[in-house]
Amino acid sequence: MTMNVKPGLAVETFDLTKKYGKITALDRLNLKIEYGEVFGLLGPNGAGKTTAISMLCTINSPTSGTATVNGFDIIKQADKVRRSIGIVFQDPSIDDRLTGRENMSLHATLYDITSSVARKRTAELLELVGLSDRADSQMKTYSGGMRRRLELARGLLHSPRVLFLDEPTLGLDPQTRQHLWDHIEELARQAGITVILTTHYMEEAERLCSKVGIIDAGKIRVVDTPGNLIGALKGDVVTVVTGRPSEFLVIIKKLDFFHSAEAVDGTIRLSVSEAEKKVPVIIEAATAAGIDIKSVSIHKPTLNDAFLHFTGREIRAEDAENQLKVHMRAMNKMR
Amino acid sequence: MNELNKIRAIWLREVIRFWREKSRIVSSLILPLLWLVVFGGGMRSVQLPGVDNYQTFIFPGILGMTLLFSSVWSGVSIIWDREFGFLKEIMVAPVSRASIVIGKALGSGTGALIQGFILLPLSLLVGIQLAPLSYLLLVPIMILLAVGLVCVGLLIASLMTSMEGFNFIMSLVIMPMFFTSGALFPMASAPGWLKIAGYFNPLAYGVDLLRWATDGSTITTLPVFAEVLLLSGFTAAMIVACTYTFSVKK
Repeated sequence: MTMNVKPGLAVETFDLTKKYGKITALDRLNLKIEYGEVFGLLGPNGAGKTTAISMLCTINSPTSGTATVNGFDIIKQADKVRRSIGIVFQDPSIDDRLTGRENMSLHATLYDITSSVARKRTAELLELVGLSDRADSQMKTYSGGMRRRLELARGLLHSPRVLFLDEPTLGLDPQTRQHLWDHIEELARQAGITVILTTHYMEEAERLCSKVGIIDAGKIRVVDTPGNLIGALKGDVVTVVTGRPSEFLVIIKKLDFFHSAEAVDGTIRLSVSEAEKKVPVIIEAATAAGIDIKSVSIHKPTLNDAFLHFTGREIRAEDAENQLKVHMRAMNKMR
Repeated sequence: MNELNKIRAIWLREVIRFWREKSRIVSSLILPLLWLVVFGGGMRSVQLPGVDNYQTFIFPGILGMTLLFSSVWSGVSIIWDREFGFLKEIMVAPVSRASIVIGKALGSGTGALIQGFILLPLSLLVGIQLAPLSYLLLVPIMILLAVGLVCVGLLIASLMTSMEGFNFIMSLVIMPMFFTSGALFPMASAPGWLKIAGYFNPLAYGVDLLRWATDGSTITTLPVFAEVLLLSGFTAAMIVACTYTFSVKK
């Protein structure tokens, strides 16, 4: 169903909160997402990303607060919200005994698309995600990346104005991930829709998103363009590894040329302008104080540094690993 | 009209899935045949009051058992849909919960019915010749029973979080329903406590009606119209209960 373009916001949340018993999964989320944006919720596991998305998609009800999607209230107008959005869930949600085309056709019926329109759109979308030649194979013969692409095409079948993608490339190999990013970019551009995605992959957020909201422990920390988020870190990032991080911090704080300093597990990150010139000074100061420095490196700030700056912690590789294991288990059960 | 299309689409999905697992259809016929031919054959010489031919007697019971097993299990299979996420796709679609439940129940019920229909001609094996009228009567009874039992499965599934409760369902729901239904012996000569259990068992009415439709001569526990009403009431109540259960957001 195509809706008339109307002014207003694609998504607006008002103190959106979800509690599970005593645990607050999402704490008073206030967000404004404009039409045409590719908005990314970036955060580690358990940060509240999926909780936020599932409330916006009306799968889950908020404990307090509310939100509008396409101008419809997620509590009072759930049915209208559902008709106007497309969703690709974190876990696979296709029927693997049906063919790609059958999955599309079922979706079309559920969203009141007439069969002639459905046939045309299905053909177009399958072409766009490169699955035309496999449309009549059962989904159980598809690879992980192909399944994802079919879900993407299915999510767009009813011409939603807003498309939600929950961890779209989780569990995919780097090459397939690149490929899927191309598809997402292409689809967002061609369909001219608003995309809201969750991810804990920095490069994914950096590559796809026009705006990123950094979320941690149920709270949104900052919302801005990836460029501005990285720009908030002035200068370069100097990473110092030492056995005595706290003493090193004391020494370094006496030098007044850095913008910020954070210590994570014995690694200190300094935000420094003209780092090439300052590194010798840092090493000198540390050596003078008798602190042994194991390594020093300089790099241009990335979204990862920005994330660290705004949350005070890193999305660790093991986080991603754990989530992947859970995900793979779900995938394996399908077989 | 649109809702009807949606029910049809959900129904069709179940039927396609059923059709693509032909090995399951074949294996689901082994158990009823064992009961009918082996167990029934072995018990042939046993004299039970009001029973001329034991195999002929248990045929409707085994038909009821087949419907019971396949209906309840395909209802419970919604757990897979939930686990594998497909349920989410349906749950976020603009389709009413009632349509989801009815589509699923009709779809699973169709699978169970197909298995039942395959059994019907096998009645020849045990010397039953079904009159055309019998077929006409058997179909609606089988539909009522199958849809009601699928909903029992759906309700059980809504209480379960994983398939780990498999044995629990088998020994606490399916087997007791089977054994207190009068599928294997005449309820008229059963001890009092068993008769009482039968009064609370919708499958007992189902088996009674199937038996009545098969040969017409057997005396039923309650008058036929009363049993038809009770069975219809059970099926309707199950559909309502399922719709309610699936409307509650977790």
